Amino acid sequence: MKKRLALILASAMLVSSAVCSLASCSGNGGSDAKGHVYYLNFKPEQDAQWQDLAAKYTEETGIQVDVLTAAQGTYETTLASEIAKTDAPTLFQVNGPVGLANWKDYCYDLTGSDIAGELTSDSFALKADGKTYGIGYVIETYGIIVNTKLLADSGHSLDEITNFETLKTVVEDITARKKELGFSAFTNASLKEGEWWRMQTHLANLPVYYEYKADGIGSTDAIKGTYLENYKNIFDLYINNATCDPAIVDSKTVGDATQEFADGQAVFYQNGTWAYNDIKDLGDENLQMIPIYTGVEGEEKQALCTGCENYWCVNANAAEEDVQATLDFLKWVVTSDAGTTSLADEMAFVSPFKSAKESSNPFVKQANDYIAAGKVPVDWTFTTMPSEQWKNDLGAALAAYCRKQNDTTWGAVQEAFVDGWAKEVQAAKEATAE
Amino acid sequence: MEKIMKKNPLYFCLFLLPTLLAFMIGFVIPFGMGIYLSFCKFNTMKDTKWVGISNYVQIFQGDDAFGHAFWFTALFAVISTAAINVIAFMVAVLLTKNFGGTNFFRTIFFMPNLLGGVLLGTIWKILFNGILVSMKQTLTSNATYGFVGLLILMIWQQVGYMMIIYVAGLQGVPDDLKEAARIDGANDKQILFQITIPLVMPSISMCTFLSITNGFKLFDQNLTLTGGEPMHNTEMLALNIYNTFYSRVGYKGVGQAKAVIFFLLVGLIAIIQLRFTQSKEAD
Repeated sequence: MKKRLALILASAMLVSSAVCSLASCSGNGGSDAKGHVYYLNFKPEQDAQWQDLAAKYTEETGIQVDVLTAAQGTYETTLASEIAKTDAPTLFQVNGPVGLANWKDYCYDLTGSDIAGELTSDSFALKADGKTYGIGYVIETYGIIVNTKLLADSGHSLDEITNFETLKTVVEDITARKKELGFSAFTNASLKEGEWWRMQTHLANLPVYYEYKADGIGSTDAIKGTYLENYKNIFDLYINNATCDPAIVDSKTVGDATQEFADGQAVFYQNGTWAYNDIKDLGDENLQMIPIYTGVEGEEKQALCTGCENYWCVNANAAEEDVQATLDFLKWVVTSDAGTTSLADEMAFVSPFKSAKESSNPFVKQANDYIAAGKVPVDWTFTTMPSEQWKNDLGAALAAYCRKQNDTTWGAVQEAFVDGWAKEVQAAKEATAE
Repeated sequence: MEKIMKKNPLYFCLFLLPTLLAFMIGFVIPFGMGIYLSFCKFNTMKDTKWVGISNYVQIFQGDDAFGHAFWFTALFAVISTAAINVIAFMVAVLLTKNFGGTNFFRTIFFMPNLLGGVLLGTIWKILFNGILVSMKQTLTSNATYGFVGLLILMIWQQVGYMMIIYVAGLQGVPDDLKEAARIDGANDKQILFQITIPLVMPSISMCTFLSITNGFKLFDQNLTLTGGEPMHNTEMLALNIYNTFYSRVGYKGVGQAKAVIFFLLVGLIAIIQLRFTQSKEAD
């Protein structure tokens, strides 16, 4: 009996593995001569617009374009499973050099391609080993968004704010009169787990940026934390002058903060160009984005934080005609009237392409005004942060600091920032070492 | 039918094949691949590179969070198993007494089971935070809150399910045995411990098995209720594995190796527990 059972098991295994291999390994046929495009989109806000654009392109050229959008916060997971399929995405995106390290083997060398030639500046290309692997397609800006109407109600104006000291004076005055005014200075800092990015990525960009600038480098294996005191300045200001007690900010989401700002409960709110749609009901004339001052010397000349963390990559493992179809599609998106209109108006992107149209987003204009006035934008250095783990450990440490503000808890933040950086760089090196 | 099957192995194969196939495709093959991947460095299933036991070495060399997660999970599993089973048994005893509305109450107790873990975690988080905010605290203010919160949530969710199993067990205890004991002069307590519990021992092994493995495998509720906060202090094994897998470039193999260790641990503990409770079962 046992022998027979073993025989049955063995034969069943054979049959099933045969079925399995048949199903997974014979998928080369099917794509027609013209190739097809499969775009795995990162930004859920723009899903509908991409679908429309894809349909338009198919109508014009007959080439099939599929767009799939990953749910918020699941892009890496979705990409990992999609790219292993026979019908893998031909076009996907990475978030800067750290993301590229993960996907480099899948990235087609775009050096000399039409799309690379359309970039207004070579600095928007994502390069490694002298090859162009990614094309930045949207430039975004963040800072402290101000509800100027509320600010006027509190008896202050933006002219007063030129650096950290003056910002602090205004903010603390509003907090002192919080009851009388009926609103707070800042929205909550949204430190619920998984909602940390405004603080541990965007705000943490400033100390990293200033350290890189002081040392004349573009990335590092060991951050020193020279400007952590400035990070503490602004973070303390955020949490101690907010709509909620710092002890409970770890239950607040970014959505809560946005809602507070939209409802007029707070004057200041740190976020970026992408948040415009959520708060535009306050009226363009009442919205102004100002630089994030942290008390660094000479910060009066600092502009907003502008950069790019979304890079298009073409799947190098896709069939040749699919790669070509994807390159053609990209060129069409950034040069054709339909494409540029959709990018600028419907998706409200500022794109670094030669034929790009002007975006309708007022924050974009404000960012340009600062630059026109001779101020210097802060680069996005957070694409060089060593890993998601680093950001999450920092976020958790910040949340712990909010629960109890003292030297020990701030010490833990410093440790997550400085020691954590070296540790994560080391871990990443070990993981990618051959 | 049985005779035909025994005589003719062809039929045997024919009837077994569909299930066997499904079992192979849905379980055995992925499981085998999972074990293989734990010895590899990989990003997707296509580009795997054999690295031997280095993934395992990395776990045992200073991954404090994994060790912490293990003890946290073990403590949680033990306490929740005890609490769930005691409460479920008491409720079941109550609801097999003769009074009106027992079916109604059984339904009510069972209902939390019909909701998904993610939803439950989110709802309970709002509830707990709503209370704690009056003391200027949140569920993630310290790890004890998170632990107790998870415990309350799991008891609330699991008691109904275990209760149904106990009710079925209790109804299988013959009344004449209890009656005979009563005539012999046994009091209620003696009947419960000498007659009823030994006779529902199969239900008890079943329920403790389910609740201890559920405790170890807990993920959804952990993710949504505390997300491992504060500072990974309420992170359980499954969540730790998930975080390892996705939060660093090149750590998928390590996460996979943790998952294999996790499987061995849960399997081992479940076997020990089953052996133990089954040895107590009356014949």
